[in-house]
Amino acid sequence: MTDLFLSAVFEENLALTFFLGVCTYLAVSKRVETAIGLGIAVIAVQTITVPVNNLIFNSLLVEGAWAWIGLPEVDLTYLKLVSFIGVIAAMVQILELTLDRFAPALHRALGIFLPLITVNCAILGGSLFMVERQYDFTEAVIYGFGSGVGWALAIIAFAAIRERLRYSDMPRGVQGLASAFIVTGLMSLGFSAFAGVGP
Amino acid sequence: MSLTHHVTAPLIDKNPVTLQILGICSALAVTTSLSTALTMSIALTAVLVASAAVISLIRHHIPNSIRLIVQITIIASMVIVVDELLRAFAFGISQRLSIFVGLIVTNCLVLGRAEAFAMRNPVLPSALDGLGNGLGYSLILMIVGTIREFFGAGTLFGHAVVTTVADGGWFQPLGLMQLAPSAFFIIGLLVWAIRSARPEQIEVSEYKLQQREGHR
Repeated sequence: MTDLFLSAVFEENLALTFFLGVCTYLAVSKRVETAIGLGIAVIAVQTITVPVNNLIFNSLLVEGAWAWIGLPEVDLTYLKLVSFIGVIAAMVQILELTLDRFAPALHRALGIFLPLITVNCAILGGSLFMVERQYDFTEAVIYGFGSGVGWALAIIAFAAIRERLRYSDMPRGVQGLASAFIVTGLMSLGFSAFAGVGP
Repeated sequence: MSLTHHVTAPLIDKNPVTLQILGICSALAVTTSLSTALTMSIALTAVLVASAAVISLIRHHIPNSIRLIVQITIIASMVIVVDELLRAFAFGISQRLSIFVGLIVTNCLVLGRAEAFAMRNPVLPSALDGLGNGLGYSLILMIVGTIREFFGAGTLFGHAVVTTVADGGWFQPLGLMQLAPSAFFIIGLLVWAIRSARPEQIEVSEYKLQQREGHR
């Protein structure tokens, strides 16, 4: 189990190895505080949605799931995209309402990032990887949490580097987006050195 | 504004990947070889044109408060069609693209163009805008895919262009090109090249450092 967690955080980091959620990653990493807020939100949503999608996929969509009412050959796996994105949108909405009710300070801090998470491909990607690798429920919980932590780690580290980059004297064309890409590439190289971490 | 403008402008001047920062995730992940990059380009362009046309067609009937969910559902239906077609007729490539065809659903490029253009324009311009952005995205994918496949394996579309050392030739494949970081470097350098040619694309930074006297 620690194996799965460590590889989800480092070795198979969603942002740096699979390029998931890179749009948000590049857009919301100009300050460390906002990066931390978004990182926490992603961890929360990812830890909830991956197991929930796992339950839905295994009990409703997979071939043979409807055998108990006499429909053994019904295979609804092609509906997984629509149902996953629906679950994600609903979960984000529920999380937003809950935070607003019980933790208004955190809700204000996360602000516009919560709704944005619906279209963050790291979240949908996590659920799709869960299906592709056939994780069971416990593994799904751990994978969801681990991949969320990995994504948060990547964006916070990247935001910290970007704040320092302000002081470097780069050619005009490299400033901004191009430098962000190259720094991410170097970080990705660094993370690939984690391959094989774990017991 | 003429109709062709919608198709030509997103190619370089308003390129979705290098200027609008949309749809980068998939642009980076599927470019290890030209054939996956081409399949992904076609799939995305098809989804983009179809969803832009449909969303534009029913734009007056979508209530504003639930428009995101409606748009995502329409896009997801298009993606399912494309995904099933790929599984039926190109199973090998569909396996290599792994989850990335499914991820077109949350590709910010599709949703971004739906939200920014298709929601407030008639059907024909919306479809053309979708086509233009799809082609702009494809252009970047093909460039990155060509560089990565050629230098990483010495092949193009799987056909050997130069003989590698392993086959008794002179070309030593650059293993880094097949790994994740190279995609970031190539797109970064591409952005630099485009911005050197078109300085108006450089974003204005939020705050400026004070210049010292006599410096620069």
